[in-house]
Amino acid sequence: MRKVNRRTKVVILTVFMMVILIAIYAFGMLIPDDAAGSFLHAKQPPSLAHPFGTDALGRDLLLRTFKGMSVSMTVGTAASAISAVFAVFVGVAAAAGSKRVDAFINWVIDIVMGVPHTILVILISFAMGRGLKGLLVGIAATHWCSLARLIRGEVLQLRSMQYVAVSRKLGKSGRWILAHHLLPHLGPQFFVGLVLMFPHAILHEASVSFLGFGLPPEQPAIGMILSESMRYIGAGMWWPAVLPGLTLVLIVLLIDKLGDNLRMVMDPYSAQE
Amino acid sequence: MKGTVGRLTRIFVINSVRILTLLLAVSVITFVLVSASPIDPVRQYIMGLGTAVSPEQRAEIEDYWGVNEPPVERYFGWMSELLKGNLGESALYRRPVADIIRERFLNSLALMLCAWVLSGGIGFTVGCVMGMYRDRLPDKILKKVCYVISSIPTFWLGLVFLLVFAVWLKWFPIGFSGPIGVLRDEVTIWEKLYHLILPAFTLSLMSFANIALHTRQKLADVLNSEYVLFARARGEGGWMILRRHGLRNILLPALTLQFASFAELFGGSVMAENVFSYPGLGSAVSAAGLNADVPLLLGVTLFSALFVAVGNMTANLLYGIIDPQIREVDG
Repeated sequence: MRKVNRRTKVVILTVFMMVILIAIYAFGMLIPDDAAGSFLHAKQPPSLAHPFGTDALGRDLLLRTFKGMSVSMTVGTAASAISAVFAVFVGVAAAAGSKRVDAFINWVIDIVMGVPHTILVILISFAMGRGLKGLLVGIAATHWCSLARLIRGEVLQLRSMQYVAVSRKLGKSGRWILAHHLLPHLGPQFFVGLVLMFPHAILHEASVSFLGFGLPPEQPAIGMILSESMRYIGAGMWWPAVLPGLTLVLIVLLIDKLGDNLRMVMDPYSAQE
Repeated sequence: MKGTVGRLTRIFVINSVRILTLLLAVSVITFVLVSASPIDPVRQYIMGLGTAVSPEQRAEIEDYWGVNEPPVERYFGWMSELLKGNLGESALYRRPVADIIRERFLNSLALMLCAWVLSGGIGFTVGCVMGMYRDRLPDKILKKVCYVISSIPTFWLGLVFLLVFAVWLKWFPIGFSGPIGVLRDEVTIWEKLYHLILPAFTLSLMSFANIALHTRQKLADVLNSEYVLFARARGEGGWMILRRHGLRNILLPALTLQFASFAELFGGSVMAENVFSYPGLGSAVSAAGLNADVPLLLGVTLFSALFVAVGNMTANLLYGIIDPQIREVDG
């Protein structure tokens, strides 16, 4: 067989992972909302008919898990996309704006980092009257800080580059430089940051809905399934706690790996590590 | 020496001022968020009473709570009481918020302290091993373990531990900070510790990866340096180098990082306390959020911000001790 070089290998692997993730997402989305079970099959351990077993209401846990995963992925994507776009705005504003703007943004970041995120998400969720909106805003509001700092640093470094200085001497406006020299460089940073933020967002979503602040109970978010499983864990029902949680961890690991691979493809420097 | 003390005092003063402004900002933001909530605390309070309430009584409660006053006035009312040490009364527990925080913080502190020490110890040891065996098999395995563990949600790990150690093996109780059916005063310290092990272990496993990876990097930098090369040339072995050159250089940065991680620690303890029904601040804050207990929610949020700020200040002071070159440029 012909030898495939490392870059091609990584690209193939990345595409493969994306396909798996999209397949999981689509599979979850296709499952109808009202996958009602019957009490005849309640509390069954995993079997061939129900690979993840059934819950206390006789619903199939495999279907519920994947439905929940796709809901969590939707929330995670939306929240991290909002968060990443916000981070770019804030980061660029901090680096390119006046000193006072920079100080103010750093102060805001200090505040957001100064309150434990779980508590901040609870507060925001409470302020928005719980539900999907509160969850989205809460997760988006807590995840932008580190990416914003990263982008601020990047812009500061770019601005000290000679070609930017030359461009300025040639009389280009700040906005022109921003659009032609700075933003194109931030693309990969932004995209990788977005993908790496994604697993965090999903984990946060699961945690917060586990606490009961997330989606309404009818929506089978993964945190909700695990929170329900708490009630039966004392009776030795292990499958509602273990299998959906394991699925969550595996998917998060997959996304994490995907982010790493994307960074390797997009940022040649880190590929040497 | 005098210079060090002076510098530390300056860092201390600057940080104190910063903490005060930060807390003030947090209090304003929290208050705005809570006021903006469409959830009606009065209705939740009445539902909690469990009896029917006539419109007159309701008006009386609203009047007593000052719900109908403008938010700015309410904020200043709350703030002036806060400065007197009165955080209001919890609608959920029917007790002063300050008492609840004091009592539950002691529980949380025990949990977080155990987890903090454990995660620091485990993390540092693992980091040292990884650094010593850099790019060899132990390093590769441990690095994978660290990455996997940081992708596991705290509460799920807690659930699995609960299942394995409490339900199947019956080594540990399922939850609470003391045995059920025993008065709080009669719970011995050993029983408390016994109930603490599982949540503390869960919490510490969640946070050791960070410190381990940091220590690995630092140790690798030290081992690549020229003075270590010289030490090797003098015939010092691996562990002696670690003791003589490694530990001295990496211990304090690791400790600093550990102090700077109070926010994650507190956030993690919210999850761990909920899984193990441990009566600490974390379970109080989620209960407060779910039951629209506004005074308690405000109190715990402010307290958690203070807690994190103290950790960060300690980290800054430690930086000042470690690195004499650090000069705080401006506030």
